[in-house]
Amino acid sequence: MTTDGRTAEERTPEEQTGEKTADERAAERLSSAPVDDSELDAGSGAGGAAGIGFVGWIRWGWRQLTSMRTALILLFLLSLAAVPGSLVPQVSASPTNVAAFVTKHHTLAPIYQKLGLFHVYSSFWFSAIYILLFVSLAGCIVPRTWQFVGVLRSAPPAAPRHLVRLPVYATWRSRGADSEQTLAAAETLLRRRRFRVARSGDAITSEKGYLREVGNLLFHISLFGMLIAFAFSKLFGGMGTVVVIEGKAFSNNVSQYDDFMPSTFYTGDDLTPFGFKLDKFEASYQASGPQMGNPTMFQANVSYWLGTDPTKTKNAVVQENHPLEVDGSNVYLTAHGYAPVFQVTDAKGDVIYNGPTPCLPQDSNLSSTCAIKVNDGYVDNQGNATQIGLSGIFTPTAATDPASIRTMGPHSVFPDLADPEIYVNAYHGDLGDNSGAPQSIYELDTKHMTQYKLDGQPLTFALKPGQGFKLPSGGTVTFTSVQQWANFTVATNPGSSWALLSSMAAVLGLIGSLFVQRRRIWVRAVTAEDGTTVVELAGLARSESARIAEELAALALDLQDTAPADETAVTDEPDTVAAGTTPKE
Amino acid sequence: MFLADAAIDTRFASISNDLIYSAMAVFLLAFLAYACEWTFGGRSRIARQSAALAGKAGSSVADTVAEAERTAADAGKAPTVAVTVTRAGGGTTTLTRTVAAKAGSVDVVTRGDAAPPVDGVGASGGDERADRLGRIAVSLTTLAVLLDLGAVIARGISAHRPPWGNLYEFTCAMTVVAGLLFVGLLAARKNVRWMGLPLTFGALVGLGIAVTEFYTASEQLVPALHSYWLWIHVSGAMICGGALYAGGIAAVLFFVKDVHESRKAQDPAKAVGWWADVMDRLPAAATLDKWSYRINAFVFPLWTFTIIAGAIWAEAAWGHYWEWDPTETWAFITWVAYACYLHARATAGWKGRKAAVLVFIAFACYLFNAYGVSIFINGKHSYAGV
Repeated sequence: MTTDGRTAEERTPEEQTGEKTADERAAERLSSAPVDDSELDAGSGAGGAAGIGFVGWIRWGWRQLTSMRTALILLFLLSLAAVPGSLVPQVSASPTNVAAFVTKHHTLAPIYQKLGLFHVYSSFWFSAIYILLFVSLAGCIVPRTWQFVGVLRSAPPAAPRHLVRLPVYATWRSRGADSEQTLAAAETLLRRRRFRVARSGDAITSEKGYLREVGNLLFHISLFGMLIAFAFSKLFGGMGTVVVIEGKAFSNNVSQYDDFMPSTFYTGDDLTPFGFKLDKFEASYQASGPQMGNPTMFQANVSYWLGTDPTKTKNAVVQENHPLEVDGSNVYLTAHGYAPVFQVTDAKGDVIYNGPTPCLPQDSNLSSTCAIKVNDGYVDNQGNATQIGLSGIFTPTAATDPASIRTMGPHSVFPDLADPEIYVNAYHGDLGDNSGAPQSIYELDTKHMTQYKLDGQPLTFALKPGQGFKLPSGGTVTFTSVQQWANFTVATNPGSSWALLSSMAAVLGLIGSLFVQRRRIWVRAVTAEDGTTVVELAGLARSESARIAEELAALALDLQDTAPADETAVTDEPDTVAAGTTPKE
Repeated sequence: MFLADAAIDTRFASISNDLIYSAMAVFLLAFLAYACEWTFGGRSRIARQSAALAGKAGSSVADTVAEAERTAADAGKAPTVAVTVTRAGGGTTTLTRTVAAKAGSVDVVTRGDAAPPVDGVGASGGDERADRLGRIAVSLTTLAVLLDLGAVIARGISAHRPPWGNLYEFTCAMTVVAGLLFVGLLAARKNVRWMGLPLTFGALVGLGIAVTEFYTASEQLVPALHSYWLWIHVSGAMICGGALYAGGIAAVLFFVKDVHESRKAQDPAKAVGWWADVMDRLPAAATLDKWSYRINAFVFPLWTFTIIAGAIWAEAAWGHYWEWDPTETWAFITWVAYACYLHARATAGWKGRKAAVLVFIAFACYLFNAYGVSIFINGKHSYAGV
């Protein structure tokens, strides 16, 4: 693959005097390596550019773009351009992280925003690089494909006149067979080695290793396949996420999603009708050892249905690596947490709120923040309607060590429900959820709320399941039990099988283009004046680590059966042969 | 395969730890033995020069004499033809074949720019004592690799899962891969003993960092890793890492040897001293370049496959096969960097030292992906256990 760009110094003096020989031109075509024609351009392009006009400039630009040097630079730029996306938070990965970054960096954030650094992989500059790269690639691959088709359709090129000039060469004289027999034997031997063989006059010309170029073209064409599949999935795919509490159900339409990410051709109307109910969420954790608390198993037991009828259900288990496939969509288990159940009564004693509230896990032991919002129905002891908000920290296994609570606040020491507890602050006033601004379900907006106080101290309770407290305004709050929730991602990735197919083809192509060696072998046999047969073998391989010398030797050896070397005919000194003293032709 | 409830076998876990420390001790001894070989080999200048002369003249005893297709007994009786091939590095191979009539001989001649480069004589410099040290070093390396392999297997037995579930295990297993590659090449009679010193050094550094910085007790895996893709995707990444390290060594040595060769060609008087002495014993720059290319080109399809396997796993675990997670991104960057190298090496004006520099960059990208991203960047691949 590497011996393109040979310079004049590397050639023998004999060659330098003459023009490029036919075999050298053949050799250059043989290589499957990309050729850097930048030197050529520097000579003809720059000089001729002044008078070439618009079309000339276009042609010149095209040649620049499709040159190997440009492709290399574009490749390098592509890897460089991918770097910032891994260092700067990306909107596609986590809008929350981007928001946090923006609030933290007042000077940097606007600059990043302008440069598109929060969405690197869809930014204009990243797109420009890979589009140029693919155009450059197309400009290289298309002509090469035609060229290769031409090579396949024509016979291997004729034998060069001076085989001795080729990189690997062997010759001997034989009295054992005439030239015709020798050539026939060579042809058989080469065919047995699966060379493509053709006769050209007094010689045999053969070639092998076409799979190298096939692999090369297949690999590069597969890259286009991958690009198309990727674009297709971006245009026609989509996903949504939803938190489902144990015992609750979800049906696949936009209104049910917490977050829905459509694409150009995938909107809420394209969602297939199905639904599922989270029957139970199960998790287990390491109970001892240095990695205590690490999860060992998560699974969501669901019952799902196709269409709109939720009565005909099937049971399924969704695990982290085992999504549930329903009607072209995949349901993934992506997160989980706890949902404490609260019961709130108003001053009259009516139950006005009773249900689970999902809490957002903050650490690996699932210390979670909760916001219980009682929107309506609460009437205080004065007879006034108000809204109640409870902000809490839920701990599945509450820390009991006073020293650590003093420094870290209430926190969990184990992710499972060994000793659940919730620390609650109670507020009354306006929850602010009628203002129209989107609110987090995990946070309480206390801007328009007043914290309940008792003797001037904020009212704070630590509750275990079954415990409750009385609000100063007459109502009661009871922490009745704990349920679990699971977060599901429902995704549709059309075209992923095409991406897989293309990528597998790319690997196959790579293997062909890197490990197959393309080479030619010529055999010439002529009858000399003294009646002996002069056999000449020459080999040419233009790709890396081809064992052409060894191959030629094996062929020479096998030919001995037909045309054994005459002991007197050839000198033993390889240097003289190398210098070109071949037997007379 | 993944018994979530299976208990950790602490006996095997502690055996594994002991084996890792033993492997480190033996790697250290091997490293010292290689260092001694290079040091004492340097003293035997005369032996080396004569060996080099012998190599240049092409009259050295053939490295391998393969007798083709007929037994030696037959060959002794009947007339034979000998076909002699000069191999890369200067050695020759002679193939013989009995023939019916008179016997002659055929030389396969390699000419011009394709002429085989002449390699240095090796670390021992032809000195017998140094050579013995080198052989001891090779034996020690083999032992260390076996201990290392044993440690990895014991880990797997103790935790009932593939022993590459966190950065500690990944690093240990990667040193095994690099070591096995080296020992395997030696077993295949490839002349790669020059790789021994940097290889044992890398294994020592890798294992040292693993036990001090990344150590994680043998434990079960988090649910995210409960997949058979752990066998395929992570072991692929690991094998690539071990092999790419060897490819990287070859590229570095090619670079320094190439500098040395061109300096020597300019002014041989300048190329003296202990450095030149070491350089002279290395294989030819062209040979080192070929090794670097062979290893890196061999790994490239495997790395491609590793990324694809990861993408398939990602689709099963996270909902999409490619989401530009930091580890995905750096795997892509590494892939493009190696693609750059493969193209550059085939392009006039880029091959040689420039292409070698691309190998350095590409391998640095690999290392950053395996370690930097795991430690410093928060992504979905956060299984390092550090």
